[in-house]
Amino acid sequence: MSEIRIQHEYFDSGAEIAALNGAPGAIGAIATFTGLVRGDDGLIAMTLDHYPGMCEREIAAHAAEARKRWPIIALRIVHRVGRLVPGENIVFVGVASLHRQAAFEAAEFLMDYLKTRAPFWKREERPSREDWVEARAVDEDSVKRWH
Amino acid sequence: MKILYFAWVRQKIGVSEEELRPPESVTTVAGLIEFLKSRGPNYAAAFENLKALRVAVNQHHSAFDARVGPDDEIAFFPPVTGG
Repeated sequence: MSEIRIQHEYFDSGAEIAALNGAPGAIGAIATFTGLVRGDDGLIAMTLDHYPGMCEREIAAHAAEARKRWPIIALRIVHRVGRLVPGENIVFVGVASLHRQAAFEAAEFLMDYLKTRAPFWKREERPSREDWVEARAVDEDSVKRWH
Repeated sequence: MKILYFAWVRQKIGVSEEELRPPESVTTVAGLIEFLKSRGPNYAAAFENLKALRVAVNQHHSAFDARVGPDDEIAFFPPVTGG
């Protein structure tokens, strides 16, 4: 089972993990990543813009690719959009598999592709200015290891 | 042709999407960009540095030499920063 959601609302990582274990006894490992808004340099808020339609399509394509590469039993991806303040969660990636290696690797693969291919853009709000976040070369380097 | 703009590209141009009929001579993304730049200084500013821009044709990441036609959806945006 794959579930992909893009939403404004807060998500509960615990509930997402519970949902990943929908077939108790069949799953040996669940690896998850939760991304949070950091309050660096006086950050007041971060606003996430996205391209509806293309986002879902890109994430679904990479979820399908992950399923080809690893024996995934279930995966869930939640990405928030809109205005978020420090401490709030932004993204959840969870993968359930038989063994840990597949779960860890698939979760990293999905995060690397989310960061470099899914059409989301972050805008940072600070007391004196607002800036669009620039893409980082290190994220582009991370995704190359999966080619 | 439906054209969408995201993040700072949208802010520079001043609209999030528009329906346009470029001349028939426009057959690629690069040709479309030249046509858009002729529409005003806001467009010229947004398309000034193509290295800072990415494009999607019908919701697929594409290159500037990709072909485009009247029924396509073209989106311009900076490199993505989600996750």
